[in-house]
Amino acid sequence: MPEAKLVLQGVKKSFGENPVLCGIDLSIARGDMICLIGASGSGKSTLLRCINQLEPIDEGTILLDGQDISEPGIDLAPVRRRIGIVFQSYNLFPHMSALDNVVLAPRRVLHEASEALHARAAALFDRFGLAPHMAKYPDQLSGGQQQRVAVIRALAMQPEIMLFDEITAALDPELVGEVLNLLRQLRGEGMTMLLATHEMGFAREVADRVCFMDGGVIVEEGPPKEIFAAPKHVRTQAFLGAVLR
Amino acid sequence: MRKRLMVSVLTAMLASGVAAAQSCHEGKTLTAGKLTIATGNPAFYPWVIDDAPESGEGFEAAVAYALAAEMGIARDDVVWTRTSFDQAIQPGAKDFDLNMQQFSITEQRDQVVDFSIPYYTAPMAVLVRGIDGLVPEMETLKGLKWGVVASTTALPVVLQTIAPEESPLVYDDNINTVEAMKAGQIDAALFDLPTALYLAAVVLEGGQVLGQFAPEQSDNPDHFGALMTEGNPLKECVDTALATLKENGTLAAIEAEWLQEATGVPLIR
Amino acid sequence: MNRRQAYEAAQRRRSLTVAALSTGGVLAGLILLVPLAPGWPAVKASFFDATVFAETFPTLLQAFLIDVMIFAWSVPLILALGLAIALARGARAPALFPLRIFGAVYVDVFRGVPVVLTIYLIGFGVPGLGLSRPWNSPYIWGTVALVLTYSAYVAEVLRSGIESVHASQRNAAICLGLSEGDTLRYVILPQAIRRVVPANMNMLVALQKDVALLSFIGPVEILRQAGIYKSLLANFTPYVVAAVIFLLVTVPATRYADYLLNRDRNARS
Repeated sequence: MPEAKLVLQGVKKSFGENPVLCGIDLSIARGDMICLIGASGSGKSTLLRCINQLEPIDEGTILLDGQDISEPGIDLAPVRRRIGIVFQSYNLFPHMSALDNVVLAPRRVLHEASEALHARAAALFDRFGLAPHMAKYPDQLSGGQQQRVAVIRALAMQPEIMLFDEITAALDPELVGEVLNLLRQLRGEGMTMLLATHEMGFAREVADRVCFMDGGVIVEEGPPKEIFAAPKHVRTQAFLGAVLR
Repeated sequence: MRKRLMVSVLTAMLASGVAAAQSCHEGKTLTAGKLTIATGNPAFYPWVIDDAPESGEGFEAAVAYALAAEMGIARDDVVWTRTSFDQAIQPGAKDFDLNMQQFSITEQRDQVVDFSIPYYTAPMAVLVRGIDGLVPEMETLKGLKWGVVASTTALPVVLQTIAPEESPLVYDDNINTVEAMKAGQIDAALFDLPTALYLAAVVLEGGQVLGQFAPEQSDNPDHFGALMTEGNPLKECVDTALATLKENGTLAAIEAEWLQEATGVPLIR
Repeated sequence: MNRRQAYEAAQRRRSLTVAALSTGGVLAGLILLVPLAPGWPAVKASFFDATVFAETFPTLLQAFLIDVMIFAWSVPLILALGLAIALARGARAPALFPLRIFGAVYVDVFRGVPVVLTIYLIGFGVPGLGLSRPWNSPYIWGTVALVLTYSAYVAEVLRSGIESVHASQRNAAICLGLSEGDTLRYVILPQAIRRVVPANMNMLVALQKDVALLSFIGPVEILRQAGIYKSLLANFTPYVVAAVIFLLVTVPATRYADYLLNRDRNARS
């Protein structure tokens, strides 16, 4: 059993009176790719945002390499730079070129020297087939290209784990493929990843494990073959029945 | 004191000597044989001392008695009354023959009331705050920071007559100018003497009038005239008498006594 | 040229002709008809006297340099203070609550008080507390008054700009590990400032005109100088000269700003 990279224990979160996460336990090993599936509002996005501390959790602990990162009051910046996240809306900085989007954080946070940094960024663009678009501004790129730049931007910080929050949900269907290919490539390179996704086929193909969430809990988790072929839980069956019909 | 006495004697002498003027006022005054003169309520230093014109002390009081004497009216036949400034300047019947309270002769006013020929031409005067170490000489004035009111003719006087080293600051009105002086932004300001005396006495704490220029050194100065009802036949007598007083130096003597020596505002040369 | 292009070209030619004819007609009407008005010679003499124009132009141009100077050193101060106030108003940390209150009060006060009052209050009041020259200069404190007032306006404009940047931009920056300060500096402000450039341009045009208000506390800038000439020459042409000088500067400046904005917009699409 590989060492656990990220461990969630009894994580709870409510927005006001409204409980969103009701006790999540999850363990992610180094190099794992975990897919979170479930209906909208089941708590997938909130879970991702809690892991990177955009939303503080109410109860439970989140351990990154054994360190409790959910402890109130700790400096979050060093934690966040170890956890990359990409959102459904790409959130590129519109006033910067693609390259500047990518190098900003390494320059300001990691204090990397400009020449080495630019070389590294150029290599990233090259690796994911975006070298021709480096100098373009976000509004000159297609949605798929923007989302890939957003992934590169997160990768440039050299995170130890990547979170993806339905990153293909806002894309036109013909653009989904290029983003999923990028994820496949990342998996091939051994990145530890946690995805919230509606792409069931993709989850089935590449995930190490699939977690089905409903009502703020992980109802069922297991290898994709088991979850998709023989879901045990009745709610999982209902959900998959509806989406795979 | 001695000077004042001298002026009175002088005017008495002159009055008795002019027989022609004696008849001029007959039937033209409000009360036969008496001259009713109005002043302000109250009347101010240095125009009337202690608000008591009967004493003949103060510039306008002294001019009034000299004028009466020149017109052949005895000192006891001069009757004093009071009006406000605005009241006097309205058209219509009046309860005075003459009104003397620093009325500037202007064209607009001249259309509703009559003015005598001027008995005083207001010179420009230098208002300062704290006179220590300042001498009223041109050389000193050149080194000061000046302020003037934009709409007056003070600015050309400052620029041409004084020609200070630093360019003057310019304000909308007297109060702003005084305020700049309080703020220490200007050392000196140029007003006509009556205004300067008023500001120094009433508005500007610690204000003093450093000196005055000869009237001919100002451009288009204010002239003060005695005010009468429009078309008053007495005007002719008053003008003749004033002209004589001017010619024989009586007016200049009264001015020197009350507006230069009494106020302590020396002439700047 | 296809059918549609031919049609559109014809349309364009037609509108051009109509516009040219109507503009020319109005201009010709003005040039031919206005001089026929019975009062035109008098108006022309009062407002468009060529001799007065030539005579006053050099001095007025020089006085305009004072406006330009005050404007030039006010603008960076206004932008800096406006930014600081906007940031104070947007401070999120609970410990900075007093700063937020201060920012709100500041903006309310200086936007609510007429500029003229602020200029009097700061321009006369602060030096009146006992500053000595040159630190009591009306240029310094008048500038302070303008900066205080205009930074309040600029702060509000900037704050609306900052708030118009979507929260997701902030989140994205925070998630990359950028500090609050870097997020503001590299992500939020560049977008916010770009959005409020047109609004701030209008502000600067207004400032250019309000600089003239400093003349209330002494400086002889162009409008004051024009006013002095008006009194002196009894003619309004100096104001026309001032207007011409203003237009010579503001029209190209605003056009240039428009050009820069457009270029910036075009560069990114």
